[in-house]
Amino acid sequence: MSEKGQLLSLRVNGEDLVVAPGTTVAAAVMMAGAATRTSVAGERRAPLCGMGTCFECRVTIDGAAHRRSCQILCTPGMDVQTGDAVHATGAHG
Amino acid sequence: MRERFDVLVVGAGPAGIAAAVTAAERGQRVGLVDDNPSPGGQIWRSGAPVPRVARAWMQRLEASGVVRFQGWRVFDAPSPTMLRAERNGASAGEIGNRGELAELQAGKVILATGARERFLPFPGWTLPNILGAGGLDAMVRGGLPIAGKRVVVAGTGPLLLAVAAHLAHRGARIVAVCEQAPLGRLARFGLQVLREPDKAWQGARYRIAMRVPLLTGCWVAAAHGDGCVRGVTLRQGKKYREVECDYLACGFHLVANTELASLIGCRIENGFVATDEHMQTSVTDVYCAGEPTGIGGVELSLLEGQIAALTCGGLAGEAQKLTELRRQKLRFAHALAAVCRLDPELRGLATDETIVCRCEDVPLGALRSLSSWREAKLQTRCGMGPCQGRVCGAATEFLCGWPADSVRPPVFPVALANLVAPSENKVPMR
Repeated sequence: MSEKGQLLSLRVNGEDLVVAPGTTVAAAVMMAGAATRTSVAGERRAPLCGMGTCFECRVTIDGAAHRRSCQILCTPGMDVQTGDAVHATGAHG
Repeated sequence: MRERFDVLVVGAGPAGIAAAVTAAERGQRVGLVDDNPSPGGQIWRSGAPVPRVARAWMQRLEASGVVRFQGWRVFDAPSPTMLRAERNGASAGEIGNRGELAELQAGKVILATGARERFLPFPGWTLPNILGAGGLDAMVRGGLPIAGKRVVVAGTGPLLLAVAAHLAHRGARIVAVCEQAPLGRLARFGLQVLREPDKAWQGARYRIAMRVPLLTGCWVAAAHGDGCVRGVTLRQGKKYREVECDYLACGFHLVANTELASLIGCRIENGFVATDEHMQTSVTDVYCAGEPTGIGGVELSLLEGQIAALTCGGLAGEAQKLTELRRQKLRFAHALAAVCRLDPELRGLATDETIVCRCEDVPLGALRSLSSWREAKLQTRCGMGPCQGRVCGAATEFLCGWPADSVRPPVFPVALANLVAPSENKVPMR
C-alpha cells in the first residue's frame, strides 16, 4: 500500500481482520479467504474485474446489501457479510 | 443535491483529468464525476507508484478548483447535458437520502468513461481467484498481498506485460505470461512500436521486470480447482500442458465503456463513440475523450481530453497542435487493435456447460439456438443481471456475432429511492 497511517480493524463474516488504510473491501474479503457471493446456481464467486463493472464482488456492508466491495475502502469497525457466508449459515442478509 | 457547471466531465482517468484541468485552468466552472474512491482511473490507480506525468496532472487537478464528485456514479441522463449520479457505498441508513443523489447540469459534457477488460468464457473461468489482468492488478493495488503467490497472466494486449511486471515487482511468482497473438504478428507490432520510443522503452522495461518467458499463440484452455483455482491447462498450438497456480489474471484487451454515450444518443461505430477531430460527438454539446473513442492508451487519452476541453471553451485554434499529435498517436492505436485481434480458435474454448453470463448463470448451450442478443435476453436472461451485459456482452459478440442493442436507463443499478426521486429540474420525459 502506498497509503501511510495506522492499521485499521474491521469484521468480515464476524471475524476480526486488520488491514492497511487504503485497502478495498474486496481485497479484505479475499484476504479473509471468503468468496463474495453465491451465484444463482450455487457457485462460490469472487471479484473478477476489480473496477466496479462485473458486480461479482457485491457484499453486505453495515447492513446494506449489494455494495460493490472493489470500489469501497475499508473503514474502522466496518461490518462485512459475504453472500457465501449467508448461504452457508442459512442466515438472511 | 443540484449543481450547475460550464463543463461536466464524466470519468477521472487520464482523459477526464486532462479535460477537467484544461477547462478549469481557462476559467470554466468544471465538475468531475468518477466512481472510484480516488482519481486516476485504472491506469493511474493509487496503491502503486504512478509515473511522473500522472503526478503532474494530479497536482494540476488539486490546484484547479474542479468540483469533484469522487465515488459517484452516473446512472441516468434525462437530457444530454443533465446527468443524475448516485454516491457509491452508501450505507443502508443513507439510501434515499437526498445527499446521495446528485443532479448535475452543464453547458457542455465531456464523456471520459474509459474501458473495461474483455472476458472470454472457458471451462472453470468462474472459479474464485481468477480475475482480469487489470482486475488482479487492481486488487493488489487495493491491498491484496501477492508476494510468493504463483500467478498465470493470460489473454491479449499490452496490459498483460504491465500487470506481470507490477506483480513480479510485488513479489509474485509469475508462472507464465500467455499472449494469444502469434509471434509473427507481435514481431511486426514490435517494429511499429519502435517508432514510438516511449512505448518501446516501456515494453522493454516490462519484459526485463517479469523475467519469465512470454508464450505467444498461447491461451488458457481450462481452469481447475475446487472452491478456487488450483491450476490451468495451457494450450499453445497443438500442445497442452498443466501448470499449478494460486491466481489466474486473464483479460483479452479492452472494450470501450460506451453505455452512457449510447444512452445520451451519441452515434456508436464499431463499438466506439464516434467523434470528429475536435472530439465532438454526434450530439450537440457532448464530447468524448479517451478509450471510449478507440483504445489508444494514456498519451492519446491525455491529448483527447485536452482537445475536448479546448473545443468546449471555443478554443479550437489552440487545440490544432494537439490534433496533429493525436493523428500520429492514432497510428499506434490502429496497430494495437490489429495485434490484439482474437484468434478464431478462441471461440471453441467454451463448452455447452461453460457459463457465459455470470450474473444469471446462463451456459453457452442455452444460447446456441438463439439468433440475437435481444432474443438471448428474453429467453435466457443472459445479460439481464446487475452488470447489464458488461461482461457477457463482449463475449457473446465474439462467440455468437451479436452486436449490443439499445441501452436504457438506468445505465447502472441504482437505489430505488434515487431512481424514483423527483427531478429538481424541469426536464421533459422521454
